Amino acid sequence: MENYLSLFETYDVPAAFWVNIQLSFWAALWALALGTVLALFRISPIPSLQWFGAAYVNIFRNTPLTIILAFGFLGLFSVMQISLASELNVSLFRIAIVGLALYHAAFVCEAIRSGVNTVPLGQAEAARAIGLSFLPAARLIILPQAFRGAIAPLGNVLIALIKNSTVAAAGSVAAEASGLMKTMIEFRSDLVFPIFLTFALGFVILVIPVGLLTTWASRKLAVAR
Amino acid sequence: MQKTRYAAAAVAAVAALTLSACGGGGESADSGSSGEAGGGESLRIGIKFDQPGLGYDEGGSYSGFDVDVAKYVANELGVTEENIEFVEAPSANRENLLSNNQVDMIFATYSITDTRKQTVDFAGPYFVAGQDLLVPTDSDITGPEDLEGKNLCSVTGSTSAQKIKDQYPGVQLVEQPGYAECVTAMGGGQIDAVTTDDIILAGLAAQEANAGKFKVVGNTFSEENYGVGLPKGSDRCEDINAAITKMIEDGAWEEAITSNTEGADYTFNAELNPPTPAPCA
Repeated sequence: MENYLSLFETYDVPAAFWVNIQLSFWAALWALALGTVLALFRISPIPSLQWFGAAYVNIFRNTPLTIILAFGFLGLFSVMQISLASELNVSLFRIAIVGLALYHAAFVCEAIRSGVNTVPLGQAEAARAIGLSFLPAARLIILPQAFRGAIAPLGNVLIALIKNSTVAAAGSVAAEASGLMKTMIEFRSDLVFPIFLTFALGFVILVIPVGLLTTWASRKLAVAR
Repeated sequence: MQKTRYAAAAVAAVAALTLSACGGGGESADSGSSGEAGGGESLRIGIKFDQPGLGYDEGGSYSGFDVDVAKYVANELGVTEENIEFVEAPSANRENLLSNNQVDMIFATYSITDTRKQTVDFAGPYFVAGQDLLVPTDSDITGPEDLEGKNLCSVTGSTSAQKIKDQYPGVQLVEQPGYAECVTAMGGGQIDAVTTDDIILAGLAAQEANAGKFKVVGNTFSEENYGVGLPKGSDRCEDINAAITKMIEDGAWEEAITSNTEGADYTFNAELNPPTPAPCA
């Protein structure tokens, strides 16, 4: 037990989880913005935008995240020499956020589209009848109701995103939790199972409140029809 | 009804596969232990599959210095090459493979450390490596002191990465899942140097695709004693040490190093090599 506690003196476990939280936070914001735009594309009356939205979702949803993040490092950073900050590690951190956001935007788009499906057709027809064109109708009538119907699936995407933030190690963000776990196992091979359990528990603690909150919010905010 | 029947058949098939997999594992564990008792017929040896020059999977056949030493030692233990089963032993799994008896011994750039000695036994060392730098041929970096403000790449969670973090905080360290990614990034010019044990770097530099592009600096700043990992309480340690000593004496050891690092402009640290195997615990 003393052995196990000494781990926390040598390795800063909370700091590693903090990196995952930051990754998840920024990636979630970008993914939400991009996903909403994509969802608009998919429900828009313009065929080329519909096609683009569908193509984006199919490509990014079906590409493994590890490959996207490894491409961020090997392709964008190493070969194309794209840098998003003067400091190397900040740059790699931002590239990882871009990768995570691009990937999860596809899932956000589909979650919002499922929310749009909860809005009765009459709402769109009524919006049209009072003279609103597509964008104002979407902004004022469809999306506000769609978001309230999409809270639970959006929460699922956020939960997946938090856990997927560990894949950022493939994009060189080694300060995050799974990277620290590797270091700890390398140096403390005598405590492999306690180390595994620590990190598993850490993620459970991070994720459970998200699940509870979204379940509560989806009930509270559901559109009563 | 038809559908349910298919589903039932599928479940049965999966169950059968899972069960037979278990059976298979049990059997091979048995043959391993009987081999130990009867002087040895077959051996399961853990090696790296992804480290050119040390342990490398070339589509079913294996090459590298670790593999050559493993084959020599196995031969001395009375096991012919056909009877060796090579198993992949990634760094993080090595202790588990040994303590679960999934392999009989491990030759996988396995440094002898006190923490590891608590869970596994070691024979050897059969090589003393040292942390070094791999740089582009035209680079003027000659040691870790020159790295201030430069971009250095190593593998996530490795001893080498930790040493840089502790001792050279001015270095911008990039951590990647494998050394191949590091070398690719260095080829692109965004990384100034790659660090890990010198012989691993030599193996990378000796790869055909990298020939002539990179050089090993040759200024080691740590000492890693590569040992043969054994399950706790194994009785093979003395025999393995004798085999390693014999390999060093008859010249096969030096030949194995030279042939596996050919083309890398690398010479091993002659002050520390060849090592004398430490007495068994």
